[in-house]
Amino acid sequence: MKNLIALLLLLILSFGVAASEGVELQEANIDLTDNDSLQRGAKHFVTYCLGCHSAKHMRYLRIALDLGVDQKKMLNDIAPEGASIYDQLNSAMNKHDAEKWFGTQPPDLSLIARSRGANWLYSYLKSYYIDPGSPLGVNNTVFEDTAMPNPLWQLQGEQHAEIRKTIWGEYKKLVLEEPGTLSEREFDLFVNDLVNFLVYVGEPVQLERQRIGKYVILFLLMFVVIAYLLKKEYWKDVH
Amino acid sequence: MKPTRLTECGDWVLERFPITKFWNEHMAHYYAPKNFNFWYFFGSLALLVLVNQIITGILLTMNYKPDAKLAFDSIEYIMRDVPWGWLVRYMHSTGASAFFIVVYLHMFRGIMYGSFKHPRELIWIFGMLLFVALMAEAFMGYLLPWGQMSYWGAQVIISLFSAIPVIGDDLSLWIRGDYVIADATLNRFFAFHVIAVPLVLVMLVFMHIVALHEVGSNNPDGIEIKDSKDPWGHPVDGIPFHPYYTVKDIVGVAVFLLFFATVTFYMPEMGGYFLEHANFIPADPLKTPEHIAPVWYFTPFYSILRAIPDKFAGVIAMAGSIIVLFLLPWLDRCKVKSIRYRGGIFKKALLLFVVSFLALGYLGTQPVTPAATILARIFTAIYFGFFILMPIYTRWEKTKPVPKSLTRPHTLEEHFHTLEEQLPVLLEEITALKPMTTEIGDSAFKSSFFSRRPNPGGMLNVISRVAKKVKGSLD
Repeated sequence: MKNLIALLLLLILSFGVAASEGVELQEANIDLTDNDSLQRGAKHFVTYCLGCHSAKHMRYLRIALDLGVDQKKMLNDIAPEGASIYDQLNSAMNKHDAEKWFGTQPPDLSLIARSRGANWLYSYLKSYYIDPGSPLGVNNTVFEDTAMPNPLWQLQGEQHAEIRKTIWGEYKKLVLEEPGTLSEREFDLFVNDLVNFLVYVGEPVQLERQRIGKYVILFLLMFVVIAYLLKKEYWKDVH
Repeated sequence: MKPTRLTECGDWVLERFPITKFWNEHMAHYYAPKNFNFWYFFGSLALLVLVNQIITGILLTMNYKPDAKLAFDSIEYIMRDVPWGWLVRYMHSTGASAFFIVVYLHMFRGIMYGSFKHPRELIWIFGMLLFVALMAEAFMGYLLPWGQMSYWGAQVIISLFSAIPVIGDDLSLWIRGDYVIADATLNRFFAFHVIAVPLVLVMLVFMHIVALHEVGSNNPDGIEIKDSKDPWGHPVDGIPFHPYYTVKDIVGVAVFLLFFATVTFYMPEMGGYFLEHANFIPADPLKTPEHIAPVWYFTPFYSILRAIPDKFAGVIAMAGSIIVLFLLPWLDRCKVKSIRYRGGIFKKALLLFVVSFLALGYLGTQPVTPAATILARIFTAIYFGFFILMPIYTRWEKTKPVPKSLTRPHTLEEHFHTLEEQLPVLLEEITALKPMTTEIGDSAFKSSFFSRRPNPGGMLNVISRVAKKVKGSLD
């Protein structure tokens, strides 16, 4: 019996160790009420992502309405030239070129924040490093052998990976070797704005749903009380 | 009262259609035991969720497109461009998980209080058929969003049929309508999900209730209330379902909706359990996800499947784990129905069963590791042990005497009252007065809660008392 308990304990322990593998993600600061951050993010997205990635489930009009941006300002400052306010965020790159250049079509990013999570995106965009051995010349510690070149390298600068050893095994520590046009803090903020926008794009109705939820729950709380009093009244004569 | 046009119209219908008779038979004159407790809410809640699924489902079909090229995008269209579409979709997806939570608790109630026993075997069989139909409904519904998990989950489950010797490959091909999950599969699953299986479900619910009302409800004491009747022929311990249980079930509905709304509005993904993260990626037949996990409500059975080394044996074990539930009324040889008066061995067995079911459920959500497989095998053995050994351990069970009439349940107020009485005593026991270093300080402060410190000895006493009580309740 004692052996069995020891075996079980060992099993549970080995479980925990197996579960803790994988790269540790950095935490993104997501605030969907921060319209300035979301507007900056939208601009970053159109400038740096839309060249290859679409967000086809989103329209410029919806973004303008949700983020409180004037429609004219939306078209002048954020949307690419020639876009209509009713357009979806489609990419100009065609499928055949994409497959020739990257071997795969870049995924639509409408739901990327829901499938990958904000922290993963934040860490991923920050974790590129120079790797002469890979076809793109760069690699990523969060997504090994990624097919996407680093679109933000001019802003971030060039990172190199240093192999560090611990008792848990090896890991890659990224060191900035050649600074980019943004400082480290500015770059973090840049990526954070972009991820914030992607989280919004993943489910534009989020804030609305939480706002309505309050009233629904308040109503239901009152309903519980009334229903309970009604039940009590009826059950008075049951002994 | 002078007959008006309206009452005349009403009478005209009533003379030709037995609404009153139906109402009386099943509501106003249907006598239910008066001691139903918390566990008896889940039947009516299951009905509520079914209605929710049907209504939100109908609304969803108005904008959903069952086409491999359009399905994924049409869901996002519902989520973004259809007014209130997001709410309808979340109510449907949350409802699916809520259905299983409610049904699992409903089934557990049945096992706990022996509601499957004579004369209610058929109710249990109809209920089990409902459960199987519900699983089919959920499985086929899960393909419709056409995400990665929809696709690969269906691929894994349907490929199980190919493990059947001789006919397996042809059978799975016949089910899919293609060599892989494809447009043909999506279309037929849509047909099954929105019309065929719902019809079966509604019919079975009808039969489940008709069978229940024929023999009458069981209760937490497991006594037949029809055995003692008053001079008018009504059970002494029974009360009319309407209005007593209709008003009571409304309270249950309200509390349930509170939880339901919290999930729908604040955590519709439920941390990836109700809506899996990978399902926000469109289905891609060329990219197998690293980790394919079914939705949480299938994971106990999926765990059993994975625990068996041989694929076909695994399929048989998985099917067996459901089939064995059908046999429950004949596996249990104990004459006493309710767990309240049953022997310790049954209580312990049931506890083990619940633990293994939950553990299998958890393991099913996790990737396979050698350690997890060993654990899954142990819990699978316990799962089957509960049923297969049941005829043996229930036959010689030492039961307690069953009372002649129903015991009165404690009301909510009484629970609060005892809590109110016992809490200060308990606090006194687990804390001790802080030694006062100075003489200053008024006596009111001394006796207040803040002047006390935790008392390890008292806590130990309380813990050992609780442990003894738990052990006692298992005897």
